[in-house]
Order: sequence, then structure tokens, then C-alpha cells
Amino acid sequence: MKLSIVDYKSGNISSVINSFKEVAKDKVNIEVTSDIKKISSSDKVVLPGQGSFKSCIEALNNISGLVDELNEFAINKKKPLLGICVGLQMFADVGYEETETKGLGWISGKVSKIDNQNGKYKLPHIGWNEINIVKDSKIFKSIENNSHMYFVHSYEFIPTDDKVISSTTDYSTKVVCSVEKENIFGTQFHPEKSDKTGLKLVNNFINL
Amino acid sequence: MLKNRIIPCLDVKNGRVVKGINFVDLQDAGDPVEQAKIYSDGGADEICFLDITASNENRDTIYEVVKETSKKCFVPLTVGGGVRNVEDINKLLNCGADKVSINTAAVQDANVVVESSKKFGSQCIVVAIDAKKNGDKWDVYTHGGRNNSGLDALEFAKKMEDSGAGELLVTSMDRDGTQIGYDIELMKKISKKVNIPLIASGGVGNLDHMVEGIKEGNASAVLAASIFHYGTHSVIEAKEYLNSKGIPVRI
Repeated sequence: MKLSIVDYKSGNISSVINSFKEVAKDKVNIEVTSDIKKISSSDKVVLPGQGSFKSCIEALNNISGLVDELNEFAINKKKPLLGICVGLQMFADVGYEETETKGLGWISGKVSKIDNQNGKYKLPHIGWNEINIVKDSKIFKSIENNSHMYFVHSYEFIPTDDKVISSTTDYSTKVVCSVEKENIFGTQFHPEKSDKTGLKLVNNFINL
Repeated sequence: MLKNRIIPCLDVKNGRVVKGINFVDLQDAGDPVEQAKIYSDGGADEICFLDITASNENRDTIYEVVKETSKKCFVPLTVGGGVRNVEDINKLLNCGADKVSINTAAVQDANVVVESSKKFGSQCIVVAIDAKKNGDKWDVYTHGGRNNSGLDALEFAKKMEDSGAGELLVTSMDRDGTQIGYDIELMKKISKKVNIPLIASGGVGNLDHMVEGIKEGNASAVLAASIFHYGTHSVIEAKEYLNSKGIPVRI
């Protein structure tokens, strides 16, 4: 099995790499790459994302052919792909961080700022919060409802169709914290920083 | 519900822990990686390294420490001390730090915060404010507390939020090392002034101080060193105590 972590020169992905290597040991071949040939020949892809929606989309677009290859991988070939944090947010049609930016359009919806209820809630939403699992998802196998995951974000993905939501978390509102649509998975929280529970999720994705 | 965080801090000098856990049977008490692992296995919500290496030639030792720690600890890792510019931040993040805390450099040039938060995202930029009460206001100090910048801590906190900081790590220099509790007034005032999370630091001597820091000081997280290092309490004891006082924690 070959898994590629997409390195598109946006933000810090060393924690993602470390967590996948820790879980995979020698069983899985893990590539950290932006090479579209390598991505094309992978069985699974992880799309991390840090920084703003706009900067991540721009960074993806900066690598010639990358977005087309990701589309091919996730939409046409329907191979498993996991987006983390802004990696998940980019699934949307549009994001409103910094300025209105077109997303990948894989899961219909928008990414907008979390409602902090006039300063009543601090932003970013940083720290450990419980996830309410609302849909059976393969990546939650042997992860209990109300497990803690580590979050750090100010923007949230609001999908058009509620059915894609696999878990939410309670902050100022019910924040969508993971989605699943066929072969496409995404987590708003950081499994790579969510201790043993997070590593379980990494393991579940590897074993899909 | 979002949980309040407990963050143990380790002082690291020339790649070795100088004030570390001395109550457990460690193979190598000076190894920061081993100590960080003990904390993360013990329920720490994050780990903080403060690099207090004085000489420039040993500056690179922290990078190796961060690299090794990030391969073994899967909770967020914050690294601070001696961070001068965007390039230093870049190097620490590439080694596996999740957040970098900036102190003197942020006071000298707020652009370091502006640029780094744009480049890497606010989520990984923590501004560390060392504050000391002079009269009825708090001044911001730099260079490990040696120089008074003359800046008002509350104004500076607001400026750092506007510059793109994702969190503030506020240390009361009056309380640091005293074990008589956080400077609640300072924490409360800064927390009210800004809309980003505040980590309270300096002065923890018992678990009630942590409760005060969160309940009265409105801190999102509490940072502590001695209370854990000297084995007065474990992280899990602290969490259970906070929980019994109605504070939401991850257990």
C-alpha cells in the first residue's frame, strides 16, 4: 500500500508526517510529495492544510497539474482521501477567509468564520473538545463518542447537505468537525496532535 | 465543550533539561525528549519547551530536541526562547514544533508577528508577554525579564492580537518562581482586552492557583513548571482537581 501526503509548500506538515510514520511503521510506504505522478500511483492521499483558506488554495494552484490530479484521484478514481483542517475546508465550493476564494468543490458548501457571539467566545477555537459522532464513519472505528480531539481554527466548513457530516463539536455553535462523502474524508481537528485517539483515526484511515 | 488546558513547561539549555522532573525513575534525567514523553503520556494537553541556551553557538541544539520530541509526542508542542525572526520560526516548525512563542523579537518589531502569522497561520504564533507591575500599570519586559521596554502590557497585548498572534502566553514576573499564585488581576485585564486565548504563567504553587487562573483570571490554559517538576502534583492529579471544581478538562 502506498500513501501520499501532499506537500504543497503551505504550512507545517511535519506533525502529520510523524503521526503517519508512527502508525504505519514499515507496513505502508509513505511518500511526502507534490509530484503528480507519485500521487497518481498512490492508493491513498492525505491533504493537510495550515494557514488561510486562500493561501492554501493558492499554494495548490501554484503546482502545475496538482489540482487536476487531486480531482482525478478523489472524484474520478474515487480513491480514499483524507483532508485535515484547511485540507478539509478546501473541499468546499467557496471560502471567505481574507477574501472570497473558490474551493475544490468536492463537497458542496462554504467556509466562513465561526460566530463568536460578539466576543463571548475566543477565536481561534484552540484546544481539546469532544466530538459528537452523528454518523457511522469508518475512520471512527473503535473511537468512542465524546472522545477528545485537538482543534485550532477560526473558520468552519458549513456543508449544504447535512448528510455528509460525521461529527460535530460544541463551541459557540455546533461546529462541523468531520465529514465523509463516499471516498472523501475530512477532519477539522488534528488527529496528528490528538494523542492516542488521534492516532487511532490515522490507523483507521490507513486500514481502509 | 472546549476544555481548559494544562501545559507543563520544560526549561531546556544546550539541549538538556535544566529544571526537570526529578521524582520519577528516569534513565536520563536531562533528556528533554524522555521528559516530554512522560508528560504527554501523563495527560498533558500540550508541551512547552523554553530554550534558555545563552550562547549562540549552541543555539542549534533545540532543533534536534524538537525533531526527536515530535516523533514521540502526539500532542501539540510549543517552543520558545531566543526566537529572533521569521526564519527561526520556520526552522522550528519544520523540525516539528506546532507553535512557536515569540517574546523579545515581537516587542522590538511587531512585523515579525505580522509576517509569521501571514506565512504560517495565526494558529502557530504565540506571543509571550513578560509583565511586571510598576505603580498601577504593567510594563512589558524583554530579554528574559532584564529590560523594561516601557510598553504597557494591556496595550501591547491588543497590538499583538491585531498583528496576528493566535494566543498570548502571559507571565507575571512579580509572581514567577514565588509559588504564591498567578497575578489574577493582570490575567483578567488582558483576557478582557483581547479575543484570543490567554495562557496564564508565573507563580503556581498549588492546584487552587490553577483554578483561580481559569475561573477568575479567565485563562484558557494554565502553564506550570515547578509544581510538576518537583513532583508536588502530577498532571492527572491537577486535572482531577480542576474537574472537581467544575472546570472542564480532558481526562
